[in-house]
Amino acid sequence: MSVPIHRRRFAAIALASAMVLTGATACGNDDDSSGGGDSGGPVTLVVDVFGDQGFGYEDLYKQYEAEHTNVKIQERGKGLGLGDYNTRLTQQITAGSGAGDVVALEEGTIVQFYAQADKFVNLADHGANDLKGNFLPWKWEQGTTPDGKVLGLGTDVGSMALCYRSDLFKAAGLPTDREQVGALWPTWDKFIEAGQKFATADKKHKFVDSATNFYNVVLMQIAGQGTGYTYYDKSNKLVIDQNPDVQAAYQLTTKMISAGLSNNLQSFSNEWNAGFKNGTFATIACPAWMTGVIKGQAGDAAAGKWDIAKAPGAGGNWGGSFLGVPKSSKHQKEAAELAKFLTSAKGQIGAYKAVGNLPSNPQALTDPAVADSTNDYFSKAPVGKIFAAGATDLKPVYLGPKNNAVRTAVENTLRAVEQGKSADEQWQAALKNGAAAGK
Amino acid sequence: MSLDLHATAPPEPRPPRARTSHRRASSATKLDLKYSPYLYVLPFFLLFAVFSAYPIVYTVWIALTDRSPLNATISFVGLDNFVELITDDPQFWNAVVNTFGMFVLSTVPQLMLALMLANALNRKLRAQTFFRMAIAMPIITSTAVVALIFSMIYAKDFGLINWLLDAVGLDPIDWRANRFASWFAISTMVDWRWVGYNALIYLAAMQSISKDMYEAAALDGASRRRQFWSITVPQLRPTIIFTLIISTIGGLQLFTEPLLFTSGSGGLSGGSEGQFQTITMYLLDVMNQRFRWGYAGAVALVLFVLIALMSTINYLLARRISSDK
Repeated sequence: MSVPIHRRRFAAIALASAMVLTGATACGNDDDSSGGGDSGGPVTLVVDVFGDQGFGYEDLYKQYEAEHTNVKIQERGKGLGLGDYNTRLTQQITAGSGAGDVVALEEGTIVQFYAQADKFVNLADHGANDLKGNFLPWKWEQGTTPDGKVLGLGTDVGSMALCYRSDLFKAAGLPTDREQVGALWPTWDKFIEAGQKFATADKKHKFVDSATNFYNVVLMQIAGQGTGYTYYDKSNKLVIDQNPDVQAAYQLTTKMISAGLSNNLQSFSNEWNAGFKNGTFATIACPAWMTGVIKGQAGDAAAGKWDIAKAPGAGGNWGGSFLGVPKSSKHQKEAAELAKFLTSAKGQIGAYKAVGNLPSNPQALTDPAVADSTNDYFSKAPVGKIFAAGATDLKPVYLGPKNNAVRTAVENTLRAVEQGKSADEQWQAALKNGAAAGK
Repeated sequence: MSLDLHATAPPEPRPPRARTSHRRASSATKLDLKYSPYLYVLPFFLLFAVFSAYPIVYTVWIALTDRSPLNATISFVGLDNFVELITDDPQFWNAVVNTFGMFVLSTVPQLMLALMLANALNRKLRAQTFFRMAIAMPIITSTAVVALIFSMIYAKDFGLINWLLDAVGLDPIDWRANRFASWFAISTMVDWRWVGYNALIYLAAMQSISKDMYEAAALDGASRRRQFWSITVPQLRPTIIFTLIISTIGGLQLFTEPLLFTSGSGGLSGGSEGQFQTITMYLLDVMNQRFRWGYAGAVALVLFVLIALMSTINYLLARRISSDK
């Protein structure tokens, strides 16, 4: 037999490649390429964030790296929408691998991770409890599981105002000064009346961007003043059909739609973005983070046309995030330290300057860098005063574990009303689909 | 095959060194002959086991549980997921209706057009190669790009189609609000992309049909049209069955086009009332929004059964095409 030698070699190659293949599927979990250990050694920390603007941490990373020469920071996720981000994070947390060392948890989704608290580092083990006074009490509470584990440290809050196009207001004969504009709408009903006045004077533009943005802001505000929860009560029972706050917000929104005020744009869609650029609507409900969105979408051409006034009704909160450390991190101690730094007063002020995310830290809120700040893009509006004033006396709203799924179901029925379907029928559909989504 | 070659190869002079270890070498050779073929095909089966067999088995298992990242424990629930899905889930059945509706609305014209196009390209044409290449171009375009461009064409406020409708004095259509309009829009995306592909397959099959048949038919006085229906189509039967089954699998898994037909939040819902939510979109909705992984497993399995069923029906139907044999 002459063949064995080269055949054997071939068999060896085949075997080797088979082993490589099996090996390839097995690795990935346990390689610790960044090396380093508890102290001193070089450490690479990965920070996962979301949103078109990111969290505005770039300068803070540089500063932290300069102070901690053994630490390198990598950020992922800028440009990723919250929905996609959260899907990925849920899978990574469940699988126990792949998540960053520090991960952003959004207000609407953090409750979902309470059930997986054992997959996160309890930040109380890293001295977080000493920092309790650094956060607004309700923000601290949201970041803590019912049994007292500290899941995440607060970054920002979404205190509300109303952004409006002063040039369109002027053309329609409405006041343009932000104090007078705020006085136009002590309540949401008055807001709708002002909208009707606008609509009779200006047939070309719509008063409000979309029903869903309007609805979310109104709901969070009414629920903050009322029951303190929305679709789920505080024992995580689905109460969409029993909570009067949900129905009240829904009715206000359908009233706004039937008055013909909505531009019927699906929020965060291409059409919505185009709406900013083409200036097709005059107002948008504005949590603090929305100012960054407007500036990003409307662009330089609209600088100085936008202004900010106080929102109708009492203060409220929509959005805002936390930073947590998954147990899968190889450098939990260093990651916890970084999370503490980014959520410190200094870190929050830095993020506020970069992208306008309003601090959840009371010291940062009263810091002149925030409290006295104005926003050039919004006609030099005193944004610090407008937003910070609302943030300190906010009442928190509890959001259940499948809040986003239920919210999407309800939002869809509002879009159907915008498309001309009956409001009563859609309210029934909202109850039915919301219940199915929360099952 | 390579083994046969070696078995019949003439023996070469044995190197003297090998003689001493003859027994060992030959038993090693026997082992080699017996097992190395398995080793050669092993990589494929390993990949298959990891990426296909395991997920299938796992899907079946998970569909029988209430697995969710929100639950600390996993409990076995038997067929509960399937019972709920089939008896108590109007959203699922809405997705099934949408999927089948869009499947029929896209596949029928798609294959018809492809057949006509292939027939046209099968004749002697100027710049034949150019046209044949041109119809294949859409396939190499990314689905996401196709979906985004078509979404703009069908946009409500600034869309090309609504602009044209307006220009001829018709009312604009809200393509995402009306169920049939959305089906139509999505079907055009699918067809734009896949007509050329099917036409190429038909064209290849047409070129293998013997010219003698056409000549004989022409001598008997059969018209072009008659030749097409009585010779080309029956001869293409196996190819038509193939394209039908491929379209069925693709059509029932329709996902990217309807997903990207809306942008922004709530894309998986497929319209405000689920006008164009397909089964695969519903599956992801259940899995990633509602975190019901067990239930999503059940949706996946029911989708599998539906595809198998539809493929069989299509096969039986297609077999009837001119069953003169």
